[in-house]
Amino acid sequence: MSATVIPDSHATGSVGLVTTRTVTLFAHGSPMPLDSGASLQPIQVAYETYGALDANQDNVILICHALSGNAHAAGRHRLDDSKTGWWDGYIGPGKPFDTNRFFIICSNNLGGCDGTSGPSSIDPNTNQPYGLNFPLITIGDIARLQRALLDHLGIRKVLAVAGGSMGGMIAMQWALDYPERVAGALIIASTPRLSAQNIAFNAVARQAITQDPDFNLGNYYQGAKPERGLSVARMMAHITYLSEKGLHEKFGRRLQNREHFSFALETDFAVESYLKHQGSTFGKKFDANTYLYITKAMDYFDPFPDPETTARRLQPVHARLFVMSFDTDWRFDSSRSKELVRILNLHQKNVSYQEFHSPHGHDSFLLPDHEYQRAIATFVNRLYEERRRLISSVGLPV
Amino acid sequence: MNDRFDRSRRHTASDLSIDQEIIAGLVGEGARVLDLGCGDGRLLEYLINNKKARGFGVEISSQGMHACIARGLPVYHGDIDQGLSDHTDAAFDYVILSQTLQAVRRPQFVLLEMLRVGKKIIVSFPNFGHWHIRWQLLVNGRMPKTPMLPYEWFDTPNIRMCSILDFQDLCRQMDIHILEQIPLAAWGGLPRSLIKRHLLGLLPRGVANLLAPVAVFLLEKGRE
Repeated sequence: MSATVIPDSHATGSVGLVTTRTVTLFAHGSPMPLDSGASLQPIQVAYETYGALDANQDNVILICHALSGNAHAAGRHRLDDSKTGWWDGYIGPGKPFDTNRFFIICSNNLGGCDGTSGPSSIDPNTNQPYGLNFPLITIGDIARLQRALLDHLGIRKVLAVAGGSMGGMIAMQWALDYPERVAGALIIASTPRLSAQNIAFNAVARQAITQDPDFNLGNYYQGAKPERGLSVARMMAHITYLSEKGLHEKFGRRLQNREHFSFALETDFAVESYLKHQGSTFGKKFDANTYLYITKAMDYFDPFPDPETTARRLQPVHARLFVMSFDTDWRFDSSRSKELVRILNLHQKNVSYQEFHSPHGHDSFLLPDHEYQRAIATFVNRLYEERRRLISSVGLPV
Repeated sequence: MNDRFDRSRRHTASDLSIDQEIIAGLVGEGARVLDLGCGDGRLLEYLINNKKARGFGVEISSQGMHACIARGLPVYHGDIDQGLSDHTDAAFDYVILSQTLQAVRRPQFVLLEMLRVGKKIIVSFPNFGHWHIRWQLLVNGRMPKTPMLPYEWFDTPNIRMCSILDFQDLCRQMDIHILEQIPLAAWGGLPRSLIKRHLLGLLPRGVANLLAPVAVFLLEKGRE
């Protein structure tokens, strides 16, 4: 697909050309503490922003990406980029996260491989890539680094934190860890904790990577990378992102460039070819160690392990929470979102829940859908209007 | 309880339908409220703004969801059964079921669940004993249609029609204590000055069953 970018970004609803910026945090002074007990210093963060920050900083929306995302959430890096940012359908002028109104921030998660410090970054102590010497991280650590980035940008409060899948976990984490900073959270296609099945999928993905002959205990940056293992991990995960019906409707039992079965171990079916392509593309661009670390962070996520912890953690939370799910998602199906809503309701939190119809499974949260887009827009606009009303009523300069 | 006829309050509640206005009058200040089938959230918003209520709505339609989110209300997208099972015993001061009882599949189960999660419950429903409905069936010999019950028999969502007397019987049978019953004289949406609705409250039971198109009940679990 050749890209045609029309210069008037308002007409296209695109944020247009954007650049990823990087900043080094925790360069001096104390390192960032991690939930594991370890600490990290310095930490580089890659981030993008869209829209303009209000004088009162009342229009900040923090976007959290999922497992394989990055800071590039909207727009294009170059005019001839064939692909836009990963949530481009949702961020831009006139879109649900309307850049005419909101100041949007998205950063690459801690442990990532797209500009933020992770296993592929250079360890300043050895001048070699960290590899498996990178400390294990949690969703809480990811949120902590995002908070440090916002501090660096001089931003105290966010109007809303939003994310799908693992991004939803990060959004939940924000509401829990920084209750005084968050007015609203959108937790989309997510879960309060991974089930045994979810962990099992992650475990098999990690096995695929670590069993790759090129894995070399994570120390592969000088030679061949464990692309095959990573590609298998991605192929399997990719199946869980789509619905059975959606996948079948797209490919059915169609054969790939052939009329008859090969009766050999060749790529007979179109769906095989599609998955192979998805896997190998991902295997080339993503870091296998990051995949190991981030899936571990997801496995560990469990903010409500027992009634006492739950009560203690939810007590200070006053953000308005909007939990959303999709009816064909089986990676984190609607019952997982309802599980979260039930916990929040038990503690009388301000929570709304909506399920959307979509044939696209877990990936639905990334794809355009009118009802879903309208719900996001309505929720964040209401938060914004209330915030403006509050500001004008207490006489702060508007 | 007389404040529900307070003039100023009625003025601020002018967006509410007549039975919603009565329901709002029954809800105490600062109460925690669950509004089942909250629709566009008008009643819930009124309770939060004017009664300092802390509320939560349950709504099945996406139009209703959208309206509630736009009002900044906490709302759960789902059916009433699901909306109830999520909550612990006596989690709410009031559970409201406004003009929805006639459309639920298992009214007894819903009433029991409402009584479980709510200390008090408020139920309003169209009264099938109303003279207009009786008259239509008697004279036309066909299923009655009214502004509140406009559907054809084959596509109506209202599958559990009852009269005020029927509902009273059910309450007795289920050991539900009737704290208040308020038959309304006007059809929802009609000018409320049409008939002095509260006069009806003074009428004998059978007469109210004949004259009131809608009734509002305040109920609690029977005390053995």
